[in-house]
Amino acid sequence: MSQPTAQQLAEQLRARFGGRIDNVDVSHAQTTIEVPPAYLVEVCTALRDEAEFRFAQLTDLCGVDFLMFGEDEWKGSQTATATGFSRGVTGEAGPGRFDWSHHPEHPQFLRRFASVVHLLSFEHNVRLRVRSFAPEDALPVLPTLTGIWPAADWYEREAFDLYGIIYEGHPDLRRILTDYGFVGHPFRKDFPLIGNVEVRYDPDAGRVVYEPVTSVTPRVTVARVVREDSRWKTAREESADDWKDN
Amino acid sequence: MAEGPTMGSVFDVGGDTGEIRSYTMNFGPQHPAAHGVLRLVMEMEGETVIRIDPHIGLLHRATEKLAESKPFNHSIGYMDRLDYVSMMCNEHAYVRAIEQLVGVTPPERALWIRTMFDEVTRILNHLMWIGSNALDLGAMAVFLYAFREREELMDCYEAVSGTRMHATYYRPGGVYRDLPGKMIQYKESPWHKGKDLKRMNAWREGSMLDFLDAFSADFQHRVDDYEELLTDNRIWKQRTVDIGIVSPEQAMAWGMSGPMLRASGIEWDLRKKQPYAKYSEVDFDIPVGTRGDCYDRYLVRVAEMRQSALIIRQCVDWLRRNPGPVMIENYKVAPPKREDMKESMEALIHWFKLFTEGFSVPAGETYAAVEAPKGEFGCYMISDGANKPFRVHLRAPSFAHLASINEITRGHMLPDVVAMVGTYDLVFGEVDR
Repeated sequence: MSQPTAQQLAEQLRARFGGRIDNVDVSHAQTTIEVPPAYLVEVCTALRDEAEFRFAQLTDLCGVDFLMFGEDEWKGSQTATATGFSRGVTGEAGPGRFDWSHHPEHPQFLRRFASVVHLLSFEHNVRLRVRSFAPEDALPVLPTLTGIWPAADWYEREAFDLYGIIYEGHPDLRRILTDYGFVGHPFRKDFPLIGNVEVRYDPDAGRVVYEPVTSVTPRVTVARVVREDSRWKTAREESADDWKDN
Repeated sequence: MAEGPTMGSVFDVGGDTGEIRSYTMNFGPQHPAAHGVLRLVMEMEGETVIRIDPHIGLLHRATEKLAESKPFNHSIGYMDRLDYVSMMCNEHAYVRAIEQLVGVTPPERALWIRTMFDEVTRILNHLMWIGSNALDLGAMAVFLYAFREREELMDCYEAVSGTRMHATYYRPGGVYRDLPGKMIQYKESPWHKGKDLKRMNAWREGSMLDFLDAFSADFQHRVDDYEELLTDNRIWKQRTVDIGIVSPEQAMAWGMSGPMLRASGIEWDLRKKQPYAKYSEVDFDIPVGTRGDCYDRYLVRVAEMRQSALIIRQCVDWLRRNPGPVMIENYKVAPPKREDMKESMEALIHWFKLFTEGFSVPAGETYAAVEAPKGEFGCYMISDGANKPFRVHLRAPSFAHLASINEITRGHMLPDVVAMVGTYDLVFGEVDR
């Protein structure tokens, strides 16, 4: 079977789907397409069935929260020596790392929640990444892919559990990884790392009780965020494309 | 969750009809055949399973979220704890993702070491699997033999990394250190002394490579031992032949990989199809099944152990002949030598910066997959240019496999569910992450 390169696959996809896909990107020899939710099922069905693609397997599906993409929660890298610094994140927005009302400002990602699918074609030995952003940040809804690949079932339950993305048409959208009766979606960027409640056995009540977190201080040890140090700039200048294709 | 095995409603044998009503049965999470913490809620009709609803997540530790709050190089140790019987393969996927984003390639010797230890890990995993699966289905002895060999390989883990399980041996840019020139030996004790001790240390007189060479040459005979106990064993065949048949279409649609996929007759192995490390330079075969039942999956895994031993011999041969660096000399990503740190200010600064702040990784996203013993273990990584990953998603083979249990075992008898859970080769460290 022919094995197209990432670039060839990108061109095939552009030619086949045209306006139905927003963005085709090739980096690290991997192809990524962005599909609006309205066309997601249609495009994915074609990707599975058509002879030039034959993506028979959904290898992976996961949710992503793009809140604060490219921003630092750790302030004071410039003033660190003058005032000393704390390695903890002192929460202006409460115990969480970010505020609920905070919206991403990074121009590349205007919406928060995306579902990322990795497809594999056994026939052509090629992979494809399909990203789809949920239109609403407050209530992220995306169409389910369980009708196309049954493997999507648990992955979508996981993304629902951890990110609160609702997959419309999913036959059994329950929580999967978190505790029975868990409140919230823990992998959202505004969910605190230490959690909201802790659990202990209460001998007086004779049962396990949930209480607000007290045993851990709301402090996340985060190393200083270092971004864009000079060597990447040098590397890019030296070889414009070469290092990216590795 | 604290409930023991209870039945929702039991047999209704009274009344005029004497019919057996369908009932709900709970299996696990505390059960020897649950492979950790699997809870199955099964709807039964007599002994026949109508529907299975697995409840997972009892071992969920939010590894992916923890990784988001730490520099890239701090999370390698977490990877060992995902699939905790194939530790280095998990590390391999993670460090490969970092290496792709940063754009570094480890030295050749490091790649050969990784290839060798991936195969050591595969044998470790399959030994664990063959022992525990046989134990689930009533054969005690295999477990004892399998763990005898596991012990030897874990000593290799200890020799290179200092720990027997959670090695943190693979690092972005290579491996932590070169192979030891001297293999660790058993020490004299009141229980092991004299001739006994000499026999135990017979392979351990030379380097670790000598030890692995002797081990992998002998290993084919050890596999013969396991096969002697199982392959033609009538009880074993009754429990596994034609149980849990997975058709090739089902295997692809349910996201199966590794031995699960190959036993269904699909010749697919990332080591051959999308080679990484040095797999394109070693010679080995992909065992493929025909029927896709539990017995074929057993045969595939046994054959894989034999192939792994052959790959290890080839790696040993290359590594003996070609000394060289095992870590890149880019001190922004890899630490300089510890001896240098004592004298050179530059080296000291690099050390300090690297281990406190880590290194920043150019913005971008990548998916790096390796053929782990259980199937495709993938790491999807998004970096926003900081020294911590923005998002890490770990694609665990067991998770995809377990998702199919309702479809595959529906209509089987209750004991076949145990055979199926065993053949999936589940490890809850990676299912629950």
